[in-house]
Amino acid sequence: MKIGIPREVHAGEKRVATTPDVAAQLQKLGFSIALEAGAGVPANYADSVYAEAGVEIVNDTRELWSGSDIIMKVRGPELHPSLNIDELELLHEGQVLISFLWPGQNLAMLDTLAAKKVTALAMDSIPRISRAQKLDALSSMANIAGYRAIVEAAQHFGRFFTGQITAAGKVPPAKVLVIGAGVAGLAAIGAAKSMGAIVRAFDTRPEVKEQVESMDGEFLLLDFEEEGSGGGGYAKVMSDEFIAAEMALFAEQAREVDIIITTALIPGKPAPELILADMVESMKPGSVIVDLAAEQGGNCKLTEAGKVVVKHDVTLIGYTDLPSRLAAQSSQLYATNLRHLLTDMCPEKDGQLVVDMEDEVVRGTTVVNQGQITWPPPAPKLSAAPPPKKEEPAAIPQPEAKKPSLVGPILTFGAGALALFGLGLVAPPSFMTHFTVFVLSCFIGYMVIWNVTAALHTPLMSVTNAISSIIIIGALLQISSDETWITLLAGVTILIASINIFGGFAVTRRMLNMFRK
Amino acid sequence: MSGALIPSGVVTVAYIGAIVLFILALGGLSNPETARRGNVYGMTGMGLALLVTVFGVVTDNYMLLIVALVIGAIIGLTLAKRVQMTQMPELVAILHSLVGMAAVFVGFASFSDTSVHFTGVEKTIHDIEIYIGILIGAVTFSGSVIAFGKLSGKISGNAMLLPARHWLNLGLLLITIWIGSSFVEQSAAGGGTLSLLSMTAIALAFGVHMVMAIGGADMPVVVSMLNSYSGWAASATGFMLSNDLLIVTGALVGSSGAILSFIMCRAMNRKFLAVIAGGFGTTSGSASSGGGEDQGEAVQIDAVATAELMKNAKEVMIIPGYGMAVAQAQHIVHEITRKLRDRGVNVRFGIHPVAGRMPGHMNVLLAEARVPYDIVFEMDEINDDFPDVDVSVIIGANDIVNPSALTDPDSPIAGMPVLECWKGGTTIVLKRSMATGYAGVQNPLFFLDNTQMLFGDARESLDKVLGDL
Repeated sequence: MKIGIPREVHAGEKRVATTPDVAAQLQKLGFSIALEAGAGVPANYADSVYAEAGVEIVNDTRELWSGSDIIMKVRGPELHPSLNIDELELLHEGQVLISFLWPGQNLAMLDTLAAKKVTALAMDSIPRISRAQKLDALSSMANIAGYRAIVEAAQHFGRFFTGQITAAGKVPPAKVLVIGAGVAGLAAIGAAKSMGAIVRAFDTRPEVKEQVESMDGEFLLLDFEEEGSGGGGYAKVMSDEFIAAEMALFAEQAREVDIIITTALIPGKPAPELILADMVESMKPGSVIVDLAAEQGGNCKLTEAGKVVVKHDVTLIGYTDLPSRLAAQSSQLYATNLRHLLTDMCPEKDGQLVVDMEDEVVRGTTVVNQGQITWPPPAPKLSAAPPPKKEEPAAIPQPEAKKPSLVGPILTFGAGALALFGLGLVAPPSFMTHFTVFVLSCFIGYMVIWNVTAALHTPLMSVTNAISSIIIIGALLQISSDETWITLLAGVTILIASINIFGGFAVTRRMLNMFRK
Repeated sequence: MSGALIPSGVVTVAYIGAIVLFILALGGLSNPETARRGNVYGMTGMGLALLVTVFGVVTDNYMLLIVALVIGAIIGLTLAKRVQMTQMPELVAILHSLVGMAAVFVGFASFSDTSVHFTGVEKTIHDIEIYIGILIGAVTFSGSVIAFGKLSGKISGNAMLLPARHWLNLGLLLITIWIGSSFVEQSAAGGGTLSLLSMTAIALAFGVHMVMAIGGADMPVVVSMLNSYSGWAASATGFMLSNDLLIVTGALVGSSGAILSFIMCRAMNRKFLAVIAGGFGTTSGSASSGGGEDQGEAVQIDAVATAELMKNAKEVMIIPGYGMAVAQAQHIVHEITRKLRDRGVNVRFGIHPVAGRMPGHMNVLLAEARVPYDIVFEMDEINDDFPDVDVSVIIGANDIVNPSALTDPDSPIAGMPVLECWKGGTTIVLKRSMATGYAGVQNPLFFLDNTQMLFGDARESLDKVLGDL
C-alpha cells in the first residue's frame, strides 16, 4: 500500500508526519511512500534527503491525496488555503487517514469521514495501556511541550534559573511551580531542574508524588484527603472543598515563585481555572506563567491562546504550538509513533494494513472504520493494574520472629543423650572408640564447611565426592582375600572408586583453575 | 598372608596424616584464593592413604589391583576432561552413584568374608553395620542414578507422586527394620544372604522413589543431600571394617553435604523435610497463584534497544539462572560484561543461592567464562543495592526474581528470599516464552511497568546485543 504524506496546512505548523529515517523503516514493512514536495522543509528535512531514502516526491497536492491508500498527517483535516477546499474533500472511499483528530470535539468531521467511507485512526485516541506506550503520540508531544515551556519561560524571564555566587554578587535560584504532573509536567520539572531552578509540583493525583520526586522535584501536598485519579491515568474534576484548599495553596505559592507552568487538563472538558487574576497580580514583577492548557481555555484566564501578553508585570505565555516549535524533534517522535502503529497493524510485513478490531489498541484508535463511526470505543480495560487487590500487599509474611524457645533444643539434647546412654550400655568398647571418632569428625566437618563461600559450593561438592571415594580402602583391605569372588568384587569396587577419585579431583582442579580475579 | 611392606603403626600414622590433609582440603575450599591449594591437599591425602594401604595392607592380587586402578583412572580423567561445565550437576550425581555402589559391594564382600570372626555383641554390631552400610549405599546409588537422569533430561524433571507416598515410605522403612532384625538372627546362625539381598532391593526402590518425587527446582538440595549420603555410606563402611580413616572421612563428607543441603533449604525458606518429602513444583502452585488471570501485558523489547539501555546505564546487574546454562550463554555474557566495563559501566552479577541445578552452579559457569569472581555477588550482599541499579538483566531465571514470594502469602514460594530487581530502574528479562518456572508460579515481575521482555534463546538474543555494543 502507498502512504501519502501531505504538507501541513495549519498556520505555523512546522511538523511533518514522517522523517527520512522512519520512511526507510516503513519501506521495510512493504509500504511505498510519497511525500508532498516541501512537506519536511519547515522541520529541516529537505526533499532531497527523503528522495535518498527512497521516498517519491509529488508536487501536486491533489495527485498525492488521490494516489495514496494511507494518508498520514499531524493535524486533522482542515481548509486548504491554496486549493480553497477542505482537505476532507480530497479523501476518497477506502482510504485510511491517520492523524490527530480529536473526535470528541469534532463530531461533524466524523460524520463527513463516515460519509466518505474512509477509515480514520486518531492518534489522540490511543488507549493508555502499557503495550501502547510506544504509539502514544500524546505523551511524546506532551514531553516536548513540557520541555519547550521551560525554554520559553527562560526566554522571557529576566534572571538566571540557577543560583550562583559570583564576584559581582549572589544570584538566588529561580523558583518554578509546575501544576499538573502528567508527561508534560514531568518533562518541565526535569528541564527546569537541570537548569538549576528550585522546582515544586502539584497534582490532584497523589500517586504521582513518587514520579515528581524521581525527577528531583518537590511535591506539594494538600492537607486534604481525596482521590483525584479518573480512568485511564487522567485526572478528574475535584470537589469544591478540595478546590478551595488547592486555590489557597496556589495563592500562597504565587507570591513566592517566579515561574508557573500549568498543564492541568481534564479529558473532554474545558481546562480548570487555577490561577486567578488576583494571584497573577500578587506575583513578583517579571514573573512568567506558561499556560499549556491555553488551547482548552487556559488554566489562567488572563492568558491569550497563541500569544505572549504582559499583564500586571507578569508575562503570560499562551503558545498552543509548543511541539511545533521543536519541529525536527517532534516530527521524529511522532513519525516513530506512527511507525509503531503501522508495525502493529501490518503483522505480515507485506505492506498491507489490517484493521483488527479485536486488538484493543487498534480498536481504541480507530474512530471511523470503512464508513462506520466506531467512536467512542468501549472503556479500556485497565490491564496495567493488577487484579483488584484482595488484601493489602503490606501483609508481607514475616517469618514469625519466634523467640528461640528452649524446649526444642532441650528435648533434642535429652533424646540424644538418652540414645547415647543406651548405646553405651550395650556397645563394646571397640565400637565406642570408633563412635567417638565419628562424632568428633561430624563436628569438624560442620565447623569447616560453615565458612565456605557460596561461589565454591560446586567445587566443594566435587572435592568431597572425590574424598568420599576413600571407600576404596575398604576394597583394598578385601582384595587380598583367599576367596576368588570376594577378590573380584573388590577389584570392581576399586575400579569404580578410582573413577571417582581421579574424575572428582581432576574436575575440581579444572573448575578451580577457572576461578580468578 | 605374606608380610606387608610397611608396619601397621606407620600405616596408622599415615592415615592420621591423610585425615589432617582432608580437613585442610575442605577448609581450603572456603575461599577462592586458597581453593586450589585445598584441592592439592585432598589429592595428597588420597594418594598417601592409597599408597600406605597398597604397600602396608594388601598382600596379594597386585595385578588385579593395578589394572582396576589404571582403568578407573583413565575413565575418570577422560570424564573430567570431556565434561561441559553446564553438565557438572549430572557428573557429580553420577559420581555419587559410584560411591554408593562401592559401598554396597564392600558391604557384601565384608559379609562374605569369613577370615575375621566376631562373637556375641560384637557380631551383632558388625552385622548391623554391614546392614546399614549396604542400605545407605544402595539408596545413594539408585537415588543418584535417578538424579542423574533428571538432571540430564533423560527422565522428566517433574515430581512423580505416587498416591499415599508417605505411607509407602514408612512401610518400606518398617519392612527394612524387620528384615534387619531377622538378618541379625540368621547371620548368627550362619545365613542371612537372602535377607541382605531383599533389603538391597528395597533400598534401591526407596532411592528411586525418593528422588522421583522431588521436583526439578529442588535439585540443588537433592544433589547435596546425595553427596551427604555418599559420605555416610563411606562412614558406615568404616565402622564395618573398623577403619577410622573411613569413618572420619565419611563423617566429614556426610556432615558437609548435610550442611550444604541445609544452606540451600534456608535459601528457599523451606524445611529440609518438606523438600525430601517431595512434591514441590507441580500441583500446589496453580490453584493459589491465580496464574491464568489477566495480570496485564508484558512489554517486549528488541536486542538493539537492550544494548542501548545497557550502554547508557551506570549500574548494570546481571542475574543468571538455569536458562543461561541451557543456552550455554555464559561466554557471551562475559563478552558483554567486558565491553560494558570498558565503557565505564559498573556491571555486577547477582547470584541467588538456588539458581541453577546444583549449589554454586552459576558461579562455576561464570568462572568458566572467566568472569572475575570479585564482581560476582551473593543475594544477601547485593539485594540492598537494587534501588541504585539502572538496568537489571535476567537471563533465564524466573522463580528467584518473583516478587510474589514476598507479597503473596498464598504463593507456593511465599517467604523465599528473592533478588529484588524490580526496585531498580529497568528490568530486562530474557526468556524463551511466557512459561512459568519450575515452581509453576506466574511471575508478576513480567507485567510491571519497568520490566521489558526479550524473547528468544538467551544465546541468540545476547549475541545480537553484543553485536550492537
